[in-house]
Amino acid sequence: MLVGAAFRMTQTIAQERDLVTAEDFLKIPRGHGWVSRWMTIAAFAITFLTILPLPFIAWIGWQTGWETSISLIFRPRVGELLVNTVMLLVLAVPLCTVLALALAWLTEFSDLPFRRVWAWLCVAPLAVPAFVQSYAWISLFPGLNGLWAGVIISVIAYFPFLYLPIAATLRRLDPALEDAAASLGLTPWRIFFRVILPQLRLALCGGALLVGLHLLAEYGLYVFIRFDTFTTAIVDQYQSSFNGPAATMLAGVLVVCCLVLLSIEAGVRGNARYSRVGSGAARQIEPVRLGKLTPLCLALLIATALFSLGIPLLTIGRWLMAGGADIWRFDEIGYAFYQTLVLAILGGLLTTLAAIPMAWLSIRAPGGAQRALEGLNYLGGALPGVVIALAVVTITVRTAHMFYQTMATILLAYTLMFLPRALVSLRASIAQAPVELEHAAASLGRRPANALWATTIRLAAPGAAAGMALASLGIMNELTATQMLAPNGTRTLAMGFWALSGELDYAAAAPYALVMILISLPLIWLLHDQSQRMAGR
Amino acid sequence: MSFLELRSVERRYGRVAALGGIDLDVKTGSRTAIVGPSGCGKTTLLRLVAGFDVPDAGTILMDGKVIANASGTVPAHRREIGVVAQDGALFPHLTIAENIGFGIDRNAPGREKMISDLAYTVGLDGHILLRRPHQLSGGQQQRVALARAMARKPKMMLLDEPFSALDTGLRASMRKAVAEVLENAGITTILVTHDQAEALSFADQVAVMREGRFAQVGTPRELYLKPKNRMVAESLGDAIVLSATIADGWAECSLGRLSVDTTERRDIARILLRPEQISLRSASSTDVAAAKPGAIFAEVSDAEFAGAISTVAVKLLNNPDSPELAAIGNTPLILKKPSVESPAVGEIVQVAVSGKAHILE
Repeated sequence: MLVGAAFRMTQTIAQERDLVTAEDFLKIPRGHGWVSRWMTIAAFAITFLTILPLPFIAWIGWQTGWETSISLIFRPRVGELLVNTVMLLVLAVPLCTVLALALAWLTEFSDLPFRRVWAWLCVAPLAVPAFVQSYAWISLFPGLNGLWAGVIISVIAYFPFLYLPIAATLRRLDPALEDAAASLGLTPWRIFFRVILPQLRLALCGGALLVGLHLLAEYGLYVFIRFDTFTTAIVDQYQSSFNGPAATMLAGVLVVCCLVLLSIEAGVRGNARYSRVGSGAARQIEPVRLGKLTPLCLALLIATALFSLGIPLLTIGRWLMAGGADIWRFDEIGYAFYQTLVLAILGGLLTTLAAIPMAWLSIRAPGGAQRALEGLNYLGGALPGVVIALAVVTITVRTAHMFYQTMATILLAYTLMFLPRALVSLRASIAQAPVELEHAAASLGRRPANALWATTIRLAAPGAAAGMALASLGIMNELTATQMLAPNGTRTLAMGFWALSGELDYAAAAPYALVMILISLPLIWLLHDQSQRMAGR
Repeated sequence: MSFLELRSVERRYGRVAALGGIDLDVKTGSRTAIVGPSGCGKTTLLRLVAGFDVPDAGTILMDGKVIANASGTVPAHRREIGVVAQDGALFPHLTIAENIGFGIDRNAPGREKMISDLAYTVGLDGHILLRRPHQLSGGQQQRVALARAMARKPKMMLLDEPFSALDTGLRASMRKAVAEVLENAGITTILVTHDQAEALSFADQVAVMREGRFAQVGTPRELYLKPKNRMVAESLGDAIVLSATIADGWAECSLGRLSVDTTERRDIARILLRPEQISLRSASSTDVAAAKPGAIFAEVSDAEFAGAISTVAVKLLNNPDSPELAAIGNTPLILKKPSVESPAVGEIVQVAVSGKAHILE
């Protein structure tokens, strides 16, 4: 059809001019052409899927009848859960922020011995799933429960999510700004508050939001210490009454909590943009001498490493010793390992593929509509796994029963949950491959697809791999959605661990925990390495 | 004959017209420079010719064949047009040899030889072929970009401010080298730049661009000496514009009676002088008192030393009667003079004009 149209067009002009052949002359739509159009369609479809839980909750509310819905939402139980959740956030998020800021400053700006080792030890706790942290603490201190236990373990399990962006931003800070501030008469202490801290605002806001959303979505951690949040309550409700409206209405309240967090973050972040003005390579930072404070600072790092890595490894080691050879049921562990790997790889791949249209649009065809669409993607990704799982379960049961508890649904849920992780990495890496390179390739005679492959795809590949690693890591340690959606007979490492520790067979659960940590560690190392290299170190 | 023809080419982004009806003819084997400030649409024009973008209206013809109009386009990879971008746009993941050979068929016989020949042509040492782009200086990167674009033996080369990232000394020598290389290869070239000296020295044909339109197109000499209007005059160099009355091939103005390049008659006109047409000669106040009619004297009001060339501001002393002309006479003339003979502040000088004045629209 295209050739036909081109032919007609060439015929009309042929009266005046000698012409190039019809197959050379293409009817090309404006802008990025068909690529742009298909990317836009795909991005719209995927975004629609990611925010599907929102209309789903409204739909259930409407089906249940507003009066019943309102009575399900406004009851004392919901009030208790709300108090618990809010207290948890109010206490844990600031503590996390202060700890992460202190650690990042020490590992990036000070003359602490073995700084690079400490930096790595601050990231390594990411390899320990939050519910394994909780398991470690509860087996060490069986009496642990309630709000404060929740706060402490949450801080220990989630501070790396804040440490990473803060450390990365600190590393990229231009020391010339500090010099300028010092020459304007500011003391080091005031430089920190007036120059460094403001530049960390984006990292602090983003990281704090991430931690907050994780706390809202966390399930396993709080079950161990018998601390009820919305997520644990929804899963309880779901397990006792399947997909009753009560669970969905709780999910509605949880979603509102997420939206409140998102809008608080958006408000605090403002429109600030911080980047280096001017060109030239940034100087290396001259480390701050700690002097007499060195032992005290070292003590903070040692304590953090002990709590976040020492206690889980110690507990797992103790249970492994106690359990002896009996607990190593290699057939079961091996099978769980295999299943986990398959889900993680397939899910990671699918998530990365799903992120391509949005990432591509936001770099290559930026505009108001694209920004709004991208915002919706992050909104969808902010929804807790339990809400997404509930929506997917209910929708498949009611409208597409053949997909209920199949591989397709669990992979879909994973994609929706971890899309923002892949999106962020992919976006950054596509931005590293300017469109001028694609143009250069085209002017050198490469066909559009070939030009795309030889430049943009080739250059964006490392970032895409990092995004996929992040998504896979999330899937590997995912528990809530996996339990609700996985096909019958599925038993991932996380599920195996959960089932055994649920029967209080803590010794038998230990090998699962160890394997999860061991397969996560290389991925964490990879990501840490990548972030260091991106910052030019 | 014209190798490239643009006929009423338009391109708009939303409600902003980046190009508002452009006509241009580029002769085979010639060099054309498009000069204008950033945002005037010159890069958009280049993108349309390269095939990275499609015009909203109008036609682009190459070798007499339509390559783009509102309803279709020949895609960039079939146009045989080479492009050298501002920053070179080298592929960061490939070596220099791989960059140069990017457009050459992988199985082409003698590929290695072609690559090293190209490197030699643009003046690159063979030993850098195995390096990566970030290990090269800006000038070397531009040479690689040129070699890469020439590898396909393009019919036409588009240069998008390729020298702007280089420092002053390197710029002139690169410009000369590139002009020579393209001349020897007989490639029709379009250079886009905001640097007037670059445009004037590089091209056979210069187009001055403003807000998506060509203000004037012509040879460098024609544009510099006989610009249509003040804007074109000022965008190609320092300009002294004076009010004058014209009659019988002479202009009456604050600098006296000057020969002009027309015989028409006008009561009010604006004339252009280039600063280098004005010469200063030391004089004293007695000379001013005893001046013959028509002799123009001035006092140096400001002088700025800048190495070989100094900038001198002079204020005319004996203004003609008309108050309108007097007002213009009071604004000092800014001239650039060799430092060895430039007068000091407060000195009295006699002003003389050589060559003809040009009448502006």
